Amino acid sequence: MKRFVTPISAVIIGLAVGAGVIYVMGLDPAEAYRSLLKGALGSKNGLAETVVKATPLIFTGLSFAVARMAGLLNIGAEGQLYVGGLTGIAVGIYLQGLPLAVHLPLALLAGFVGGGLWGLIAGALKVRFGASEIITTVMLNYVAIYLVSLMVTGPMIEPPGNFPQSPPVLDSARLPVVVSGTRLHLGFVVALLMVVFYYVFLWHTTVGYEARVSGHNPRAAGYAGMNAVRNTLFVMFLAGGMGGLAGASELLGVQHRLFQNFSPGYGFDGIAVALLGYNSPIGIILASLLFGGLRSGGNMMQMTAGVPVAIVYVIQAVVIIFVACEELFRRWQKNKVGPKFNLRSLLSAQPREVKKSHD
Amino acid sequence: MTDFLKELTNFLAADVRTAVPLLLAATGLIFSERSGIVNIGAEGMMLIGALAGVAGSYFLGHAWMGVLVAALVGVLLGLLFGFLVVTARASQIVIGAAFNLLGLGLTTSLARVIFGVNTSPPPIDAFKPVAVPGLSRIPVLGEVIFHQTQLTYLALVLVPVTYFILFKTTLGLKVRAVGEYPRAADTVGINVYRIRYGASMVCGMFCGLAGAYLSLSLLNFFTENMTAGKGFIALATVIFGKWNPFGVLGAALVFGAGEALQYRLQAAGANVPYQLLLMIPYLLTIAALAGFVGRAVPPASSGRPYVKE
Repeated sequence: MKRFVTPISAVIIGLAVGAGVIYVMGLDPAEAYRSLLKGALGSKNGLAETVVKATPLIFTGLSFAVARMAGLLNIGAEGQLYVGGLTGIAVGIYLQGLPLAVHLPLALLAGFVGGGLWGLIAGALKVRFGASEIITTVMLNYVAIYLVSLMVTGPMIEPPGNFPQSPPVLDSARLPVVVSGTRLHLGFVVALLMVVFYYVFLWHTTVGYEARVSGHNPRAAGYAGMNAVRNTLFVMFLAGGMGGLAGASELLGVQHRLFQNFSPGYGFDGIAVALLGYNSPIGIILASLLFGGLRSGGNMMQMTAGVPVAIVYVIQAVVIIFVACEELFRRWQKNKVGPKFNLRSLLSAQPREVKKSHD
Repeated sequence: MTDFLKELTNFLAADVRTAVPLLLAATGLIFSERSGIVNIGAEGMMLIGALAGVAGSYFLGHAWMGVLVAALVGVLLGLLFGFLVVTARASQIVIGAAFNLLGLGLTTSLARVIFGVNTSPPPIDAFKPVAVPGLSRIPVLGEVIFHQTQLTYLALVLVPVTYFILFKTTLGLKVRAVGEYPRAADTVGINVYRIRYGASMVCGMFCGLAGAYLSLSLLNFFTENMTAGKGFIALATVIFGKWNPFGVLGAALVFGAGEALQYRLQAAGANVPYQLLLMIPYLLTIAALAGFVGRAVPPASSGRPYVKE
């Protein structure tokens, strides 16, 4: 129960700051949030949209989380998402004459492998050349975005070439809608399966166990004879694959074709999802649904209350910041010093429990 | 021949214009990275600086007031960043990502309040190119370097200044020591936290200036998400420039040239994949990190929070 305190207070504070900004804009926060709630949960279609928006977030949340658990920071889910979307849709368009039962899994697999290889580049650069995966994944994001842009303006452009987009994906590679009359597609089920896989992998397999040990204490992992290189490569491939599935499921399930800038930052939102969900399987699902709801409800808020959807970013940012500062609050609680905001006490704040640093 | 020279001059001038925002943000990032703070939130800070610059100029009536407001807002953002990563010891990467979201969300929302939706941008005081007497008459170079806006001159002057501060003063030595080996720096009496707070605030200020350059010198207005990834290119610039002000100047000019060339090709309707040019900064940076083109080695403790014992 105690684990819920920080996430819930983080969300409340995020919403409060959002309300503050809405108020400053001269609009009515109560009305805004009412329409947001109505948009996200008030109808069958709204609920379905919430889940549709949550689906890629589950994948990217898993992508960040699986790397994080192994001691790696994958900031590249956005790029992996783009590459996974590209490879998934390519199989979905160009591989013809297959039944759905074969074609769709193949397209999803292509998305997974495409994203996985993109993640693997960062992993390989780390183990081979010692290049920090944090920076290389950030850089690879933009390479991927421009790669997709390159493909849809050139080789993959839909004839006769009036719009920078690919031809539609074949019916046999589309994720079927699971609730008729909505856009809720099978990708959500795939996402839930990946959550199960994430749980089983990390907590019930040897490779997953080794990954967690390396993440928690690389030195101990080394002494225990665990192969750090193999771990890094494997985990980066897996993290990239999860990101790739985010792109593939979004394109095969919702957009049905490839075009530029098709992700509104789902990859970066995955960081918030994993953080808020404490990398736990259930936590990731709940956090994804929350942010999915903010996004789908945000559209309604923009239409009826005139509050720009961008407010949702502010709320998310505040939530991230609050959760990331959890250690500070714990320190304050432990030392029983109230949050005194004078610079000197902040600069000389001493932790009670002195942790051994790794340097 | 004169046509070629004219074309070259135009291209180089465009290169300088696209390089300056990268240079400004990257100069700030040098300070923060040299002190051990990785800031991937530069993009968000620049965006907020861009809006603050336009708003300052709009309400106070002078472009320089806009720059001042942008710099001040940047300092405050840097202070907040410093508090979160130094005192609260939150992950620098996570906070950086949050700052990017915050910048995008806040500026998009507030720009609508300040300037309204779907209205044509109100006229604001912005920077215009100022020719440096004498020097601007040098062929090619005169037009390229000495016929720019005052913010450009400021950015260029700050390069040697930054170099001097970082490598020739005690303060600079302290900053570098804190970034390399904070425990040792602490032992000799350097206040690690204070240095990192300061570096973070300087970084914020520069990001604010970079944003103001975009909205007051390059364009004369604020548009949604107008940084469009420049904060990340600035990050790449720092790495490719090896955390050195002059290196960063060179890197910014190289990356700026890629972008300027890309605009030219697109405008000329040339059928070449311009996206390849846009990838260059990122690919070069990855290559530098991996050691293919001169190894780029970050300050030893960059990215790690420091816990005083």
